[in-house]
Amino acid sequence: MKHWILQRDADGVAWAMLDRAGEAANALSADVMAELGELLDLMEREPPKALIFRSGKEAGFIAGADIEEFKRIDSPEKSRALVARGWDLFNRLAAVRYPTLALVRGHCLGGGLELALACRYLLVIDEPGTKLGLPEVMLGIFPGWGGMLRLPERVGPAAALDLMLTGKTLDAKRAKRMGLADDCVPPRIMMPAAKQLVLSSQPRRRPPLLQRLLNGPLKFVVANGARKQVAKKARPEHYPAPYAIIDIWAKHGGNALEAPEIIDRIVRSPTAQNLVRVFFLQERLKAFGKAADFKAQRVHIVGAGVMGGDIAAWCALRGMTVTLQDQSLERISPALARAHKLFEKRLREPLRVRAAFDRLIPDVAGDGVAHADVVIEAIFESVEAKHALFKAIEPRLKPHAVLATNTSSLKIEDLRTVLEKPERLVGIHFFNPVALMPLVEVVETAGADPAAVKAACAFVKQIDKLPLPVKSAPGFLVNAVLAPYMLAAMQAVDEGVAPEAVDEAMLAFGMPMGPIELIDTVGLDIAMAAGKQLAGGAEPPHCLTERVEKSQLGKKSGQGFYKWSNGKPAKVGAGGTAPADLVERLTAPLITAAQRLVDEGVVEDADLADAGVIFGTGFAPFTGGPLQYARNNQERRIA
Amino acid sequence: MPDGGLIMAMTMNAPIYIVDGARTPFLKAQKGPGPFAASDLATQSGRALLLRQPFSPEDLDEVILGCAAPSPDETNIGRMVALRMGCGRKVPGWTVMRNCASGMQAIDSAIANIQCGRSDLVLAGGVDALSRAPLLYSDAMVRWFAGMMQMKTLGQKAGHFLKLRPGTLLSPVIGLMKGLTDPVVGLLMGQTAENLAWKFGITRNQMDEFSVRSHQRALAGRAAGHFAEIVPVVDAAGKVYGEDDGVRPDASMEGMAKLKPFFDKKYGNITAANSSQITDGAAWLLLASEAALAKWNLKPLGRIVDSQWAGLDPAQMGLGPVHASTPILQRHGLTLADIDYWELNEAFAAQVLGCIAAWQSEDYCRTELELEGAFGALDETRLNVDGGAVAIGHPVGASGTRIVLHLLDVLRRNNAKRGIATICIGGGLGGAMLVETC
Repeated sequence: MKHWILQRDADGVAWAMLDRAGEAANALSADVMAELGELLDLMEREPPKALIFRSGKEAGFIAGADIEEFKRIDSPEKSRALVARGWDLFNRLAAVRYPTLALVRGHCLGGGLELALACRYLLVIDEPGTKLGLPEVMLGIFPGWGGMLRLPERVGPAAALDLMLTGKTLDAKRAKRMGLADDCVPPRIMMPAAKQLVLSSQPRRRPPLLQRLLNGPLKFVVANGARKQVAKKARPEHYPAPYAIIDIWAKHGGNALEAPEIIDRIVRSPTAQNLVRVFFLQERLKAFGKAADFKAQRVHIVGAGVMGGDIAAWCALRGMTVTLQDQSLERISPALARAHKLFEKRLREPLRVRAAFDRLIPDVAGDGVAHADVVIEAIFESVEAKHALFKAIEPRLKPHAVLATNTSSLKIEDLRTVLEKPERLVGIHFFNPVALMPLVEVVETAGADPAAVKAACAFVKQIDKLPLPVKSAPGFLVNAVLAPYMLAAMQAVDEGVAPEAVDEAMLAFGMPMGPIELIDTVGLDIAMAAGKQLAGGAEPPHCLTERVEKSQLGKKSGQGFYKWSNGKPAKVGAGGTAPADLVERLTAPLITAAQRLVDEGVVEDADLADAGVIFGTGFAPFTGGPLQYARNNQERRIA
Repeated sequence: MPDGGLIMAMTMNAPIYIVDGARTPFLKAQKGPGPFAASDLATQSGRALLLRQPFSPEDLDEVILGCAAPSPDETNIGRMVALRMGCGRKVPGWTVMRNCASGMQAIDSAIANIQCGRSDLVLAGGVDALSRAPLLYSDAMVRWFAGMMQMKTLGQKAGHFLKLRPGTLLSPVIGLMKGLTDPVVGLLMGQTAENLAWKFGITRNQMDEFSVRSHQRALAGRAAGHFAEIVPVVDAAGKVYGEDDGVRPDASMEGMAKLKPFFDKKYGNITAANSSQITDGAAWLLLASEAALAKWNLKPLGRIVDSQWAGLDPAQMGLGPVHASTPILQRHGLTLADIDYWELNEAFAAQVLGCIAAWQSEDYCRTELELEGAFGALDETRLNVDGGAVAIGHPVGASGTRIVLHLLDVLRRNNAKRGIATICIGGGLGGAMLVETC
């Protein structure tokens, strides 16, 4: 066998270690699955006392199916065969007479978890990297290899559907608490624990009676509730997969093969195809971060406002020592408070929260510059102020430190003029809210040191964001496509369409937030400034000017297009329906802008433009991005 | 008394440089635990101090932290803080305890290790969060718990449970009071100060006057910007603590007079207001050898020329500074008047006044210090010029470091050369350090 290493120990326990040849992480490709079948044949001929599955990879247990193979599915037969391959194999594994155990250390996702669920016991290793989940829904598909059958059996349908419908993952401790794992142990005792547990003959833990009833005669109750929950978040015409998951669980006992029409509809749906494409675009963005051997340990951020403060918090969360500079400690301390909340939410364990808070150091004097591997300027948008800052910073920089600006509206060419080495300044442009937005634009200016740009990409990857290299141009990619879109939205308002109607139309299109609410969130003053920069001298919309004059600046001032209370806009809903062509009127300028930026070389190609707009704005991912959407539309029209 | 050989040893040894220092604001214990654990205070002030150095925290040879009352979660707090400040796993960190002089002991331990060549660059300091001193179970309660552990059946356990008396459960031992009680002679620290007041005839009025002056000097020092040593600290909610919060602008003789004696109830003289305050805080000094100065191109603020520990009657522990400072002065051929500035820790107003009185007492100097007569008068205009622990507070473990740090600042801004920082120590000890500017 190429991918599996099989050993029997002195006590007759068989250890099957998956170490997929030629890859850094394990995935359940066709040949890995075929070999697993052979392995089970071997076991059948000479049954072991027990069988333990583990991984030979540093990265984790099993990341899931091999998504590359999805691209080759071009017929209903192939999709059914794909489902059948895993469903049958894991059923076979679940039926063996000897006890089985999955020793899960690191990620255990999708098909990986379905394999683990087919074992009698599941042992998780208590490490931050251990993550269990069934994220198929995020690729527009369903966990068809037994996940929809066995996860509800193991943890009850409520918890199981929550995991399958959101795609979220569990850490080791939660997996144990929820009953997904039979035990949770530190790595130092994982081998004896695995052996002791697999040989224990202890019965598998069952969920409480109520959960068993809900997974039996009362399924319809849970299914109705789940459909309502999903409807609040995803429209069936955009995201059919979660609805399919509920149906397959409720009506077909988790066996998709009983409902071949669902398989055909879901697996080859445009949504699934686009989401798989987006997955690979994401991998492509990550790869930009691997081009340099740069590793940052200390980061210095100047400017503790919303952006600077949140960038600092994010870097500290990701393990870096961060110094955060502003004019006074009183300007820095609100950022520290926000950071502490973020650490509590993300890290939970008090010692880890404390360690992250210790790594985030307020630094009014700016002493951190001299120690930093990356320095990011995030002060207010003034060329003079930034010049003064860069002049002060440059002499103190370490020789190979990355010097970056988070500017969104100023030209990096103008900012770098005061530097002794202007070629070292790059743009590292984050989006708000930093903790939620996956994309970061890395801006390369003509004459920039390519090593600095590569190092900046590596840094972005190091903090688990997606680096998108862009050329210096007003608004880079993301803001340059958003501006005409928001302008069109406001022009519609000027024409008398209610803001609610505009937002509703775009939500129906699949945007995560309506454009008017987005303007309120960003701030009307910011939108005005960005518009002036990007609109090429066009008059700002009347509805915007009027509100800015009245200091109605949006969420931050409590009133913009909407009235805001408790962080939420009051959408009264009145104001009639939107014109039928509204979606096209709003998306067309965005698409045109994206195409123009590709043509001008601001972004390397159409795929990267799509990736940037999806990960930087939340542009309806099921469409595959604006340019893919336009292409599909065109094809449809031709057809 | 040390002989000539030791004097030679001290002077021949390599000089000890103070490169930099910092402390947190001293935060008065309010009701209940304060916003920071001891290790939080030491971490926040230490990382800020390290940030402004040309070297990395990993380049330190060791971290030594004095702490009289670390919490149960802070075992070997010196190591814990070294890790939390980002010194990395390879920098050793350890903890010293000499009660009220733990922070001075940390400096002395750093001196010893630098002089014997073990270390060149040491971060030494002191910390305590007295507001977080634990409540302890009484012995009776501990016996009850032990009994419960032995009960096997539910019935036995229920029976044992009924034996618990509410009085036992509800009278915890206050850890802080234990710490402030002499374990040998059984006196509260305040009672040892009452002894000094009695011995030297120090009146309540004198104590209160001294205390008002301490507040006034601290306020004037703050107004003049003489507390640049303070690194503000920030809690998890983003609240900034930037100043010593026990200093009272409204300190007055009338206000002082209102307080009742705390230690010798009803008839005594020592009140909460003429004693040092129960406080949370941390202080650090960065100490370096000649070689470390050269290696990192450091500009020293001053030198520690000599240090001394002394023992005396625990019931009069407040006179510790007299017993520790006198031998240093003698060793260097100096008198009280030759010292430009003094920092004499204000555990109690009566205790500082007692020290001054002792040096002026022919009888005390003859019998206790083996001098031929009174040692002399200490010029109070050169003593604790920016106030002391009565106003600023006394986070026990931190004070020994704070007074050396602040003394250096006083000397430098007055273009003075020589100073002594000295402290009394519960249990009957005194510590002193002779410091010179560079």
